[in-house]
Amino acid sequence: MSDRASTGGSPLVVEHEHQDRPELRHHFADVVQQRNAASLGMWWFLGTEIMFFGGMFCGYLVYRRAYFPEFAAGSRSLNLLAGTLNTAVLICSSLTVALAVRASQLGKRKQLVNLLLATIFFGVCFLAVKGFEWRKEYVEHHIPTFYFDAQNMAHDNPNLHIDPQHAKIFFSLYFALTGVHALHMIVGIGIFSVITFMAWRGKFGPEYHTPVEIAGLYWHFVDIVWIYLFPLLYLIDRRGP
Amino acid sequence: MAEHVEQSEHISSSGFNWLIWAILIGATFLTAWIATIDLGMFNTIVALFIATCKASIVVLFFMHVKYTSEKMTKAVLIAAVFWLLLLLVLSLADYSTRYAG
Repeated sequence: MSDRASTGGSPLVVEHEHQDRPELRHHFADVVQQRNAASLGMWWFLGTEIMFFGGMFCGYLVYRRAYFPEFAAGSRSLNLLAGTLNTAVLICSSLTVALAVRASQLGKRKQLVNLLLATIFFGVCFLAVKGFEWRKEYVEHHIPTFYFDAQNMAHDNPNLHIDPQHAKIFFSLYFALTGVHALHMIVGIGIFSVITFMAWRGKFGPEYHTPVEIAGLYWHFVDIVWIYLFPLLYLIDRRGP
Repeated sequence: MAEHVEQSEHISSSGFNWLIWAILIGATFLTAWIATIDLGMFNTIVALFIATCKASIVVLFFMHVKYTSEKMTKAVLIAAVFWLLLLLVLSLADYSTRYAG
């Protein structure tokens, strides 16, 4: 330890090394302080994430107001059942995360590993349903590229005038929002794979389970983003024209 | 150094976690059903109100904000939400008064 050598093994440094508790870093006074610092760090990160998604939500709300008919028609072209199902899948994954944090607090290793695997399973289910929806939009030419076609959006009401440029903005925002959200899900599945491996190796118990807790905070946050995306994208105007 | 007084962490019971799950699932199907009923301009308001209730329940009970002993966590959360509201309210106030749609 270089800091010990430089201070000549002063009692202060020795006291801060917590040799009886390897999980406690020397710059923290106790486990509670270490846990609170780690959790606060994750909350700061989630604060920046709120601003990151907030900018896109703001752009979405401004254009939704300006081009309401196209946004309503675009929303109706999305699959309501798939959107509702995916919301339910994410809520189930948040439950398994909350139960996993509880299992790690109680030191139930086998239960913890199973709950973390269930979380990863629900995350993959979400991405599978999302992929199925994206495929449908690709088939319907709703991906905003050269082959974009907005004509089939007005099939429920032939009198509805759809401006393709405005519809393109709806689908650009739709793919940006759901795409960045799916990217967060993929990152979350990666984090949970590492946490599952650590849990399987028996790294967590009542004394130390901070990684499970702060990874859980991230997962719940991604769930909350979807809780807002679901009504904003799928439920704009389901009453019909 | 003083002896380390460890505050006991909050551990939610399994039953309570399942109750929160049931409320969230119920609210999801409720909001999908309400969207099919014509409430005029209130459709959007009701949908966003239900979403905010669901998000608050997740933050308070699943993310343990209700039980945290760290006051800074609440300060960070309130600051972030306040900043988001500034962004949304001021931008929308600007666009809805200047941009004659």
